[in-house]
Amino acid sequence: MDSAILVSILLSIVSASTPLLLAATGELVTERSGLLNLGVEGMMLVGSVVGFAVTYSTGSALLGVVAAALGGAAMALVFSFLTLTLLANQVATGLALTIFGIGLAAMMGAGFVGHPVPKLPGLHIPGLSELPVVGPLLFGQDALVYFSFLALFGTTWFLFHTHGGLVLRAVGDSHDAAHAIGYPVIRIRYAAALFGGAMSGLAGAYLSLSYTPMWAEDMTAGRGWIALALVVFATWRPGRLLLGAYLFGGITILQFHVQTLGIGVPAQLVSMLPYLATIVVLCIISTDRGRIRLNAPACLGRPFHAAG
Amino acid sequence: MVRGWPMHLEIVARGERSKLWTYLSPVLAIVLTLVTAAILFLLLGKDPMTALKVMWLDPLLTKRGFAELFVKGAPLVLIAVGLALGFRANVWNIGAEGQFIMGAIFASGVALAFHDVTAWPVWLAMIPAGILGGAFWGAIPAFLKLRFNANEILTSLMLTYVATLILLYLVVGPWKDPEGYGFPQSRMFGDSANSPRVIPGTRIHVGVFAALAVVGIGWFVLSKSLLGFKLKVLGHAPRAAAYAGFSTGQLTWLSLLVGGGLAGLAGMFEVAGPIGQLTPALPTGYGFTAIIVAFLGRLHPVGVLFGGLVLALSYLGGEKAQILLGLPAAVTKINQGILLFYLLACDLFIRYRLRLVVPGRKAA
Repeated sequence: MDSAILVSILLSIVSASTPLLLAATGELVTERSGLLNLGVEGMMLVGSVVGFAVTYSTGSALLGVVAAALGGAAMALVFSFLTLTLLANQVATGLALTIFGIGLAAMMGAGFVGHPVPKLPGLHIPGLSELPVVGPLLFGQDALVYFSFLALFGTTWFLFHTHGGLVLRAVGDSHDAAHAIGYPVIRIRYAAALFGGAMSGLAGAYLSLSYTPMWAEDMTAGRGWIALALVVFATWRPGRLLLGAYLFGGITILQFHVQTLGIGVPAQLVSMLPYLATIVVLCIISTDRGRIRLNAPACLGRPFHAAG
Repeated sequence: MVRGWPMHLEIVARGERSKLWTYLSPVLAIVLTLVTAAILFLLLGKDPMTALKVMWLDPLLTKRGFAELFVKGAPLVLIAVGLALGFRANVWNIGAEGQFIMGAIFASGVALAFHDVTAWPVWLAMIPAGILGGAFWGAIPAFLKLRFNANEILTSLMLTYVATLILLYLVVGPWKDPEGYGFPQSRMFGDSANSPRVIPGTRIHVGVFAALAVVGIGWFVLSKSLLGFKLKVLGHAPRAAAYAGFSTGQLTWLSLLVGGGLAGLAGMFEVAGPIGQLTPALPTGYGFTAIIVAFLGRLHPVGVLFGGLVLALSYLGGEKAQILLGLPAAVTKINQGILLFYLLACDLFIRYRLRLVVPGRKAA
């Protein structure tokens, strides 16, 4: 195969995988603390519109990206307040967050539909970025791509090699025990949820500033839900998240190439691939009930109320 | 002893669930949503009282508008009764939107196959087709959950995206109207494929009465049958379920087949009534809004009827606000999301109460 085509395919896989990796890394941390936030899709949408609007209005992509993270975190704050302080049902609250996020993003973005922004700039290191194949792949990506890897490795290190990570996992596995030892269960979960929200916001910003540098209603197209499935796929372990995100990124890109190859499969049927793949992968992973039970945070989705 | 907190509120568990708050919570949530909406309008530069009147009162003042409440409410109520059943059994069917679409597709298949028939009421044959389509789409997550332990929230939601794509494929491909100037939609159904309008001068169709009948049946099952008793026990004490001899398998199948079937029926009545053809504009989020309806209706069929009417009003009001006040269409969704937020927050009071803690005084 022509190396130029190969590079363009690999680059497109990276850009399809990055939003999944960002959102799933955030959700993994949230779930490790025992909190199940199904509102990823809504938080991503708000991130995508806030990131776009701020970039478009100020001309600064950096401000846009920061604002997107804050927007996602603000959504997560609503979720946390309801589920942690007011002890609301996490599944229902997550759904509410998505319904609300779709509406909020549509309202905020109404004036921005159809306007383009400059794509996030790629890294440029003279000499290295011009190398064939590895140049554009390793040294020509934009900041959010590098950040997605940094965040993943940082998360792995934090969860498994720091005291804070140990405490967070303890809270997720047994909030009563963690509380009895004196750890602030609720505050730790707030922090984990805010991190998850900020990461979802960044994932949204990547979509509206880099993947397609424009904003459209419902532009996340289910990626938030796929990110949720990826956390299960990874059995709550960051390392496998990387594999999962790039697997799904690859499937997303595969559909475009199947279409251009002209195999004669209708476009709509090819577009089903990521959703069908999500179902298949969930089935394969979940069928081993023992493994799921072993790896899932034991308190996932359970409300915590310190009695007395 | 809380370190240096000034006077504050503390959440204390009640001994048992508060019956009063079970019913007060939705009312309070609606009031709070209206107040929030008023503030939102103020921020958008509209007169809040006028906006509230246009959105929540005006749609009810004409015969036609009042009838539309039921036309919009019917699919919401049909879907939500099924969802309420599932939520009681802890089966989280989030894919009612997809089941709604599949019901509409199956029903449309029948309508298109007999599109020039005038001798018999084709819409009667579309009813079982719609139910079948929805139940089929609901059966997939049930099977995957029981066979592979796959989370039904994620599988039913993924299947919603798949159903939307099937719909798109059909209307641009095999089912495209040959005389439709290339528009992606099916031909208009024949007259015999449209469910009859019952009240002259309105769009109230047979589906509205089907929804009322389903509420009646749901009420009967919940309050008079052994199954209903089991479901009530389940709702109040999930842990007791295992001891009472519940089979997760049966409940999963029941929830998703009934939930899917009712969503499919709702989809059938949408294409056979108000719309009259299969179009890409069919999925309008009823399947998601019905989740709010189910919670607002306290997971009870009769409550769902009221919840359905409230959410139907939010749709009608949203349309009015768009036309008369120039508010964006998204205001409807935002209001619906906020309503669910408030409802979930107010539900705190069902199991907990607030206690005022004054520093210096020993807590009781």
